[in-house]
Amino acid sequence: MTALQNLTATAARPRQSPTDPLRRPLTLWVRLCAMTDLERERGLAALIDHEQVALFRTHDDRIHAVQQLDPYSGAHVMSRGIVGTKGDAPTVASPMYKQVFDLRTGSCLDAQGEDARGLQVWPIAVDANGDVFIEWKAT
Amino acid sequence: MPRTSKRTDAAASVSDAHVVVVGAGMVAHRFVESLRSRDPEGRWRVTVIGEEDRHPYDRVSLTSYFAGASADDLALQRSILDEDDRVRFIRGDAVARIDREARRVTTESGVSTAYDTLVLATGSYAAKLTVDGFDLTGCFVYRTLDDVEALRTFVDRRSVELGRPLRGTVIGGGLLGLEAAGALQGLDVRCTVVQSSDKLMSAQLDTRGADSLRRLIESRGIAVRTGSVTTRLDPDVRGNVRGLEFREGDYADTDVVVFTVGVRPRDQLARAAGVDVHPRGGVIIDAGCTTSDPRILAIGEVANFDGRAVGLVAPGYAMAEVAATRLLGSEATFPGYDDSTKLKLNGVDVASFGDAFAQTPGALDVVYADPVAGVYKKLVLSDDAKTLLGGILVGDASAYGMLRPLLGGPLGADPAAYLMPEVTGDALANAELPDEALVCSCNSVTAGTIRCAVTDEGCTDVAGVKACTRAGAACGSCLPLVKKLVGTELARSGATLSTALCEHFTHSRAQLFDAVRVSGLGTFSAIIDRFGTGRGCDICKPVLASILSSLGHGHVLDGENATLQDTNDHVMANIQKDGSYSVVPRIAGGEITPEGLLVIGQVAKDFGLYTKITGGQRIDMFGARLEQLPEIWKRLVDAGFESGHAYGKSLRTVKSCVGSTWCRYGVQDSVGMAVQLELRYRGLRSPHKIKLGVSGCARECAEARGKDVGVIATEAGWNMYVGGNGGFTPRHAVLFAEGLDDAGLLQAIDRVLMYYIRTADRLQRTAPWLEDMGGGVEALRAVVFDDSLGIVEDLDAAMAQHVDAYEDEWKATLADPEKLRRFASFVNAPTTADPSLAYTSERGQARPATAQERENPRVLIAGTTLAVRR
Repeated sequence: MTALQNLTATAARPRQSPTDPLRRPLTLWVRLCAMTDLERERGLAALIDHEQVALFRTHDDRIHAVQQLDPYSGAHVMSRGIVGTKGDAPTVASPMYKQVFDLRTGSCLDAQGEDARGLQVWPIAVDANGDVFIEWKAT
Repeated sequence: MPRTSKRTDAAASVSDAHVVVVGAGMVAHRFVESLRSRDPEGRWRVTVIGEEDRHPYDRVSLTSYFAGASADDLALQRSILDEDDRVRFIRGDAVARIDREARRVTTESGVSTAYDTLVLATGSYAAKLTVDGFDLTGCFVYRTLDDVEALRTFVDRRSVELGRPLRGTVIGGGLLGLEAAGALQGLDVRCTVVQSSDKLMSAQLDTRGADSLRRLIESRGIAVRTGSVTTRLDPDVRGNVRGLEFREGDYADTDVVVFTVGVRPRDQLARAAGVDVHPRGGVIIDAGCTTSDPRILAIGEVANFDGRAVGLVAPGYAMAEVAATRLLGSEATFPGYDDSTKLKLNGVDVASFGDAFAQTPGALDVVYADPVAGVYKKLVLSDDAKTLLGGILVGDASAYGMLRPLLGGPLGADPAAYLMPEVTGDALANAELPDEALVCSCNSVTAGTIRCAVTDEGCTDVAGVKACTRAGAACGSCLPLVKKLVGTELARSGATLSTALCEHFTHSRAQLFDAVRVSGLGTFSAIIDRFGTGRGCDICKPVLASILSSLGHGHVLDGENATLQDTNDHVMANIQKDGSYSVVPRIAGGEITPEGLLVIGQVAKDFGLYTKITGGQRIDMFGARLEQLPEIWKRLVDAGFESGHAYGKSLRTVKSCVGSTWCRYGVQDSVGMAVQLELRYRGLRSPHKIKLGVSGCARECAEARGKDVGVIATEAGWNMYVGGNGGFTPRHAVLFAEGLDDAGLLQAIDRVLMYYIRTADRLQRTAPWLEDMGGGVEALRAVVFDDSLGIVEDLDAAMAQHVDAYEDEWKATLADPEKLRRFASFVNAPTTADPSLAYTSERGQARPATAQERENPRVLIAGTTLAVRR
C-alpha cells in the first residue's frame, strides 16, 4: 500500500478501463473497515464476494491483505497467526503448522520442511478518513 | 557410505548424457533427487517414465490415507520432477519394450526414447492367491493409491447396500496385512486377519514376539486366525464376494477381502529384453546396482541382490544413492539388505532389526516380557554379550531409536537398561556412538557425518546440521539424538549449542525470564527494544506472553499482551483442523455435579457441538466457531463454570481417583486434594503444559506417576513424584518426597512448579528439565527443602501472588467489550459464519467433512448452518 498511502476518498471509486470507459470496471476499490478497527500486530478476517481475506496492521501502521486460506492446512485461519518480522520482512506465521509468510509478497519464508506454497496478496489503500480499501478484481 | 565416497577416474567413464528411469515410485524419486542435487553442472539429463498417472507418493504411509490424508498429502517433494528443466517426467504411460541394441525404450502409447543409461525402478506388484474366486468383486490388494481408493469406495458403497457394517478378511498376516486390517477397522469393518503360517509377521518376529503382538492386535478388536489356509472364495448372486472356505473345512462370511500375501518383483521388461533375471524373481544386480547389461541398472524392489529381492523402502533408497553416485563418476557399493523394520499399527509398536532370530553362532538372548502389558523385548548379543546383533521389540519400541545405531557395535551399557520400561536417553548418552552408527535411517546419516558437519562444515546448531546432512529431515524421530551429538561435539570444540530463543533474542528462555523479572518491564515493545531486535515472531512472542503472565502482568488479552498470544490463547479455545475451536470448561479433579453435566449437555446440544470425554477427566466440546465462543462461554459462566485452560501452556488438569470418600481401599481423600491443587494452580502459565494427578492409595488408579507432579496417598501422608509425562516420550515421575502433610505437600509443589517456570527452556516439559538439571532430582530436593539457592522465599511469594491474583479469563473477557471485539468472524461481517466450514454426521454427532465428502454433497448434513436454538 506504499504509493497509495494517502489516497483521497474520491480515489476510492471504481477504476475505469483506460481503453473503453463504458466497459465494466476491471477492478474496484472496496471499503473493508476503518483503520481503527485493526489492532497493531494482529490480523482480522474480511469477507468479500464470499471470499475470505486476512488483514494485518503492522507496528508501523502499514496494512497488508493476504488470502485467509492457509495453503498447508486448508482451513481459513491466516488472520489468526502471530505477526512478526524475519530480517526486514513483516511476517505472519500460520496458526496451524507455523509456516511463515512475507506479508508484502505472500511468499513462504519458512515452509517447515514442506514444499514452499505462497499466499495471494492484494493492494490496500487507506484514505484521508482512515478507511481501509482493497483493490478487488471484478469477476 | 555413498555420499562420502571418493571419486575415481575409472568409474567416470560410465556416465553419459541421458538417463531414463523406468518407474516413478519412491526409489525412482530418491534416485533423481540424489543425482540432480549433486550434479550442478547438469551432466545428466533425466527422463522418468511412470505408469501411475500420479506424482510419486509415499507408499509406506498409504494407510494414513484412511486417517484422512489426501493423495496430495502423500505426494513426495514435487520440485524434484516438476521444476528441474533437466528432468522430464512422463506419467500415466508405461514402458512396453526395451531395445538394448538401439538403446531405446518404447512406451505403451508409442513414445520412443533413447538412453545412454537405463535405470529400472519398476518395483513390485502385489500377489493374489490363485484360489477360486480371487478376482471377485470386493477382493483387493494393498499396494497403490488406486488400490486404497478403490477399497474405500467399495466399502462405503457396500455398507450402504447392505445397511450394516461390513465383515472383512485380510489374507496374509505380515506387516502389510496388519496395516490393511487397521485401515479396514478405520472404515468400520469388522476384520479378521488370516495367516497361513503359525504366527503373525513371521519374517520379523519369533514365537513369543508374535504371541505378544497377536494379543495386542486382538485387544484392539481385530480377530486373528493363524495356521489357516484359504481354499476358496464364494460369490453372492451378483458376483460380490460373500464368504471363504478354509483348508480346515470351516467357512466364514465376508463382504470384503484384502490380499497381502507378499509382493513379486516386476521384472518382465528385463526378462523380455534378455537381461539376467533370478529364478525366484528380480533383476540380478551386482553391488554397483548394475545388471548383466552394463548400460542398465536396477534399483529397489525389482532388483535381486545376492539371491534376494526385498520389499522394503530403505534398501531401495540405499540402492538409489549407489546408482546416482556411480553415474556421477564416483564409487559406491550396496552393502546388502538391512531388514530392520519398525512400525506402529493401531498404536501397537513393533520393531525388528539385525539378527532378530539369533542365527549367529553362539548368539545370546536377553529377554524382557510383560504379558499383562503385552510387551516383549529381546536383544540378541554376541557370545561375549558385548556386541549388539539384533533385536525384537513388541508393544514398546521406544528403545529402537537408540538401539538401531548400535547394531554391530558395542552396546556400551547393561543390556537390561535398554529393556526396562523406563529406558531413556540417559543410557545412550553415556554410551559413545561409533562414527559408523546410523543415526538417521530415513536419509542414511551416520554419527560420523553429523560430527563432521559440526567440526568441518562449521554447523553450530541442529537446524544447520539438518540442512547440511539431512539428518532428521524426514520423520524427525532421531532429532533428540542429533541434538545430543551436536551438543557433545560443540562442547568438545569449546563452543556450546546456541541457546538463543530465535533471531530476535539471543537469550535462552530462562535468561529472558530473569531479564524481564529484574527489569520490571511489562510490555513486549519495551522488552524487545531493550533486549532484542526486530518485532518478534511466533516463537518469542508466546514465550514472552507466558513470562509476562507468570510475573503477574494481567489478563492474557490486556492491551499489547493480546498480540503475543498463540491463536489458542488469543481466543481462549483450542483450534481444530478446520479452523473451528473446542471448548473445555474446568472440572476440577474430574468432579462434577449432575446439574453441571446437564448444563454442558444443553450448551453442546444448542450449538450443535461434538462432545468427547478427555484424557484429563473433563468434557471437550468441538466445532465452535470463533464468533460463537463468547455466547457459549456466557452460558457456561452464568452456570458457574470457568475456563479450563485446555488451550494454554499452563496447568491443564489434576486427575484423581475417587479416593477414601467412596473407595474401600483409599487411604486419603484424593478428590479433595485434587480439587484443592487444581484451584490453586489454575491459570498458571508455564514453559509447557503441566498435568498433576492424585491417587488415594498405592493402587495408583489416577496414574499420577505419568504426570508432571504425581501425588500418591499412603497411611503416613502424601508421597510426591516429579517429572512424569505421557506424549511422544513417556516417562514415569520419580519419587521426590515421602509422607508429606497437606501443607508440606502444597509448599513443595509450589516451589517445584515455580522453579520449573523460571528455569526451563521453551516447550521443555518437566521430565527433560529434570534430566538436564545438573545433579538431577537430588539437586531439586536441595533447592526446595534445603534452600540451596536461597530463593525459596521468592518462589513462595511468586506463587502466593499467582493464587491471589487469579481471575477467570473468560469471565473477565465477557465483561470487557474491547476484548470481545476480537471474536468477530469478519471485520466487515462480524457475525457471519466462515462459509468454508462443512460437517457430516458420524456415530450420531457432527464432525468435519473430508475433502471427498465435500465433493459429494449428499453426505453433508450441514454447512455452517447447524440448527442452533438460542
